[in-house]
Amino acid sequence: MTARLKRKDLVGLLYVLPWLVGFLVFKLYPFVMSFVYSFCDYSMLKPPKFVGLYNFIYMFTKDELFPKALLNTIKYVIITVPLKISFALFVAIILNMKLKGINLFRTVYYLPSIFGGSVAISILWRFLFMKEGIVNKFLSLFGIEGINWLGDPRIAMFSVSLLAVWQFGSSMVLFLARLKEIPSELYEAALVDGASKLKMFTKITLPMISPIMFFNLVMQTINAFQEFTGPYIITGGGPVNSTYLLSMLIYDNAFKYFRMGYAAALSWVQFVIILIFTAFIFRSSTYWTYYEYDEGRF
Amino acid sequence: MYSQSKKAKNTISLFITYAFLILFGLFMIYPLLWVVSAAFKSNDEIFKSLSLIPQKIVTDSFIKGWQGTGQYTFGRFFVNNFILVIPVVFFTIISSTLVAYGFARFNFPLKRLFFVILISTLMLPDSINLIPRYILFNAFGWVDSYKPFIIPSMFASTPFFVFMMIQFMRGLPREIEEAAIIDGCNSFQILLRVTGPLCKTAMISMGIFQFIWTWNDFLGPLIYINSVEKYTIALGLRMCVDSAAAIAWNQIMAMTVIAMLPCIIIFFAAQKYFVEGIATSGIKG
Repeated sequence: MTARLKRKDLVGLLYVLPWLVGFLVFKLYPFVMSFVYSFCDYSMLKPPKFVGLYNFIYMFTKDELFPKALLNTIKYVIITVPLKISFALFVAIILNMKLKGINLFRTVYYLPSIFGGSVAISILWRFLFMKEGIVNKFLSLFGIEGINWLGDPRIAMFSVSLLAVWQFGSSMVLFLARLKEIPSELYEAALVDGASKLKMFTKITLPMISPIMFFNLVMQTINAFQEFTGPYIITGGGPVNSTYLLSMLIYDNAFKYFRMGYAAALSWVQFVIILIFTAFIFRSSTYWTYYEYDEGRF
Repeated sequence: MYSQSKKAKNTISLFITYAFLILFGLFMIYPLLWVVSAAFKSNDEIFKSLSLIPQKIVTDSFIKGWQGTGQYTFGRFFVNNFILVIPVVFFTIISSTLVAYGFARFNFPLKRLFFVILISTLMLPDSINLIPRYILFNAFGWVDSYKPFIIPSMFASTPFFVFMMIQFMRGLPREIEEAAIIDGCNSFQILLRVTGPLCKTAMISMGIFQFIWTWNDFLGPLIYINSVEKYTIALGLRMCVDSAAAIAWNQIMAMTVIAMLPCIIIFFAAQKYFVEGIATSGIKG
């Protein structure tokens, strides 16, 4: 019996082996090495040279772009994540109603998200928001004078963020799937008790979708902190570095200047900031997420 | 029983709901329709009108745009994209299914720990590994080839897919598999003949997502691909936008449409898998 069980264990392990090897080689090893490199001066031409905390000291005291990129990145996250999730939830609630042609609307709202952070969609955005672009053309129909969406450092970040907000589809589908699972008896009971629509929303809908809200928040935050393609293609970080993000600073240092050690240090700082933000969401979630049954995962 | 006024109120709220859905929907879809129409407009007209219907239909933007800027055409970039994406999709499906099967149907030492690691890598930002992975692949001599994309895909390197597959398999009844065991099948035969076929929908949605993500990937090719000969569409597009001073925007728009086309086709051909894929990706309670 035990011998058979052990054989079965071995078989299971065999199936998982590709992932395990991949994890060790492509995830764990690079993870450890990026920590090591962050304390090194490394141009890839000569072997890495240990420089202690120099990279971090340089980052916080001398690199003028770092504080700027850091602030921009946080700004980007704070604009995109809440807007994206509110739109996703709002539209999901409407699309959850039993209406004719609802599938067509679901398609329309989801379609922009399939392109993700693609170059094609970023070029489109650049074109839409140019000074002589379509958005200004549209505004002029209402007699509003064109805004320099991408050229004005005060609003460029906002214009770039809108691209991510526009792609709220996948968060929306997750909300929608969850909304469908809420037992209708809950609402019927509330209706009998004479609860108002608002009360039903805050006392039934919100608690029931809170785990998905949590998941969306965490995933969208992690993704937004790493955003690269959109701003890189649309504005190239400009004007006056107003849309220059941490990911671009990492990219430039690593692949333009071949300062691999410094870039690794930057990526560690980015990682720690993402950790702090997600830890905050995790901690706060104990106060606002509701689980029907505790499965011990997520 | 509905009173007359309540009925009227319902009609009004229904009307408002539809009006919102349609207006907001137009807003969402307009940019996509516009890029298609712009590809058929003359370069002057692109800036002049908001209309989706071109005054004069121009098709040479596709022909001129296709020629690219240098010695390589968009045909080349297009083929390159497929050469990169198809193996990645193929290996992702195979490796993720195998691994998920191991997690969903077997017990082995450290399984819980492995599962926790899998879930944590789901939340590990990619950028932390970007630089050491480049250095590693450079040492392997993989730079300027598609190996940095294809080889990791053989090792179930996207935890999201493995997790999605595990959740899907957990939802399958075990009875059929048990019947197969009694019939004398080994675990691999069961996967091949019973569990695998039952997972077809999940496998298709996994393939679709991987196709679209890899197809649209920009940062990866930007880092690993140096020679123009091996450029993907994303790199080709970027090159065109950057190099042309007086940009022929209708040509760019035409190539943008071409770049998006495979994703759009797949999306409409496989809509049900899309929603199912996201909905069954677990994350239930």
